[in-house]
Amino acid sequence: MTTALLRRFGGLVLTLVISSFVIFAGMYAAPGDPVTFLIGNPENLTPDKIAAVRAEYHLDEPLWTQYARWATGVLHGDLGQSMYYQQPVSDLLSSRLPMTLTLVAMATVLFVVIGVGLGALAALRRGSALDSVVTGFTTFVNSVPNFVIGLVLVAVFAVQLRWFPVAGDGAGLTDRLYHLTLPAIALALGSIALISRVTRQTMTEQQTLDHVEAARSYGLTTRQIVVRHVLRNSLGPVVTMCGLVMAGMLAGTVVIESVFGLNGVGKLLVDAINTHDFPVVQAILLYMVIGYMVVTVAVDLAYPLLDPRTMARSDRS
Amino acid sequence: MTIEAHGPVAVATTRKAAPWVFYLCLGLLGLAVVAAVLADWLAPYDPSATDFSALYQQPSAAHWFGTDQLGRDILSRVIHGARPSLLGAIALLAFATAVGVLIGTVAAWKRGWVDTLLARVTDVMFAFPGLLFVVLVIAVFDRGPATAVIGMGLAFAPVIAKFTRSIALEEMARPYVDAYRLQGVGSVELCVRCVLPNLFPTLIGYLVVLFGEGLMSLAALNFLGFGAQPPSSEWGLMVQEGRGGVIQGIVGPALIPGLVIAVVVVATNVVGVRLSDKLAVKA
Repeated sequence: MTTALLRRFGGLVLTLVISSFVIFAGMYAAPGDPVTFLIGNPENLTPDKIAAVRAEYHLDEPLWTQYARWATGVLHGDLGQSMYYQQPVSDLLSSRLPMTLTLVAMATVLFVVIGVGLGALAALRRGSALDSVVTGFTTFVNSVPNFVIGLVLVAVFAVQLRWFPVAGDGAGLTDRLYHLTLPAIALALGSIALISRVTRQTMTEQQTLDHVEAARSYGLTTRQIVVRHVLRNSLGPVVTMCGLVMAGMLAGTVVIESVFGLNGVGKLLVDAINTHDFPVVQAILLYMVIGYMVVTVAVDLAYPLLDPRTMARSDRS
Repeated sequence: MTIEAHGPVAVATTRKAAPWVFYLCLGLLGLAVVAAVLADWLAPYDPSATDFSALYQQPSAAHWFGTDQLGRDILSRVIHGARPSLLGAIALLAFATAVGVLIGTVAAWKRGWVDTLLARVTDVMFAFPGLLFVVLVIAVFDRGPATAVIGMGLAFAPVIAKFTRSIALEEMARPYVDAYRLQGVGSVELCVRCVLPNLFPTLIGYLVVLFGEGLMSLAALNFLGFGAQPPSSEWGLMVQEGRGGVIQGIVGPALIPGLVIAVVVVATNVVGVRLSDKLAVKA
């Protein structure tokens, strides 16, 4: 178990180092000199000025030195200075993160509850009209781009019915949750399809197993069988899938934030790309990669707790 | 419907679609292709012609889908948008397939350290969730339709590589591969002439399903303004330009192209699943 853990951790660090280098080298190799964006006014583009700015941002050093400098900074919590806002990147990120994380959290609650619920319903009523409706609905929703879903929600619930605000972040917790309801639904809908499908499939597989048959012959009620045996044994794949989807959402808010005009990390990323603000782009990409990997590894580690059989298997091998 | 319990369940449910659904979807796809090819003849108006006396018109005999915020005919724009939208997805898939199949076949053929190295590379690619890798490519090479397609292609390549590797491994375990090898047929020739053609039937069905996903992802990029630029009427870009109208209660300019994307994606999924069934049976 310990060696497996260590190997997993080593792989994580290695992938992280490589990804961070890819991100950094990408920005380094980008055509177009950041100096021209930094100085802005073309009249100030004198050789002295250029040299001064290059030295200030350490742009005159070779790639490896720059990467080492950046990586050490990141490890100390210093993400560099935004070229556009003239602010530390960490300040920018920390002011935008709460919004994005709240959105992801809300969407996660939605897709876990609704997705698992619908999947379980479809599995228990397999072959019924309800099953077909759930499968049909989830398949269709999965094929509509989430920005279109978002706009439909705005058109119906914000503009026509006026139940929710059209755009904006909201101040205070309750107001923020209220403002984020539609975005969270739009973000969650596509994943509900995926989760309900996975839940339905694993639960149907479980239902046909001998131990369920045995439980039934003991005279346990359907409710007990479903909760204690079928659902309990389906948790592994379902939780893994939920974790992966949530991890993907950390980066998936970009489009939804753009639809609803939210000032989250995704909006910051789009703005930073448009203004060639490379330190900000680097930091956000790194945050998203780290977030994604941490969640996936956490899910990996949680799997044996949910399904002790896998632990026994890995010990034997 | 009780037979369903025997097969893999999730697959069975999507595959029991009635034949007419398949032909309807095939027809819709055909319509989209015809629109893309014959856009100049089919579109009633110039897609970029503005008419400031007819802003935000409701659907009428003159403008079947109405007009947008610049008075442009939405039907004409949707028809003309078929070309960049479909071509973009095709180009993206072609690029991703070329890269993915090459990596997958080489990994399956060489095994050993080549396989490990390629697995590592795809792992790093997988560490960039969703659109993120594309965003990196766009941040580096600036936006534009070509960058969007190449970036998205690179993001799709690992998936195709993994799939190709798995089916190639199966194929290479067959006796005929050893037979050819004993006859002294070279590795490259054997891969290209014998193994790859046998992989294609399985691959094609998978690619058609991926096509829908590619179209959707590309539309999302265009929606963010990272791909096609105005005055293009690529569907994702149309949704973005129509966004302002939605807030004023005018939904046509944004939702009509959005609906078109959805219809095309649903149609490709239905056709793709059916196709991979048929082709798999033959193989």
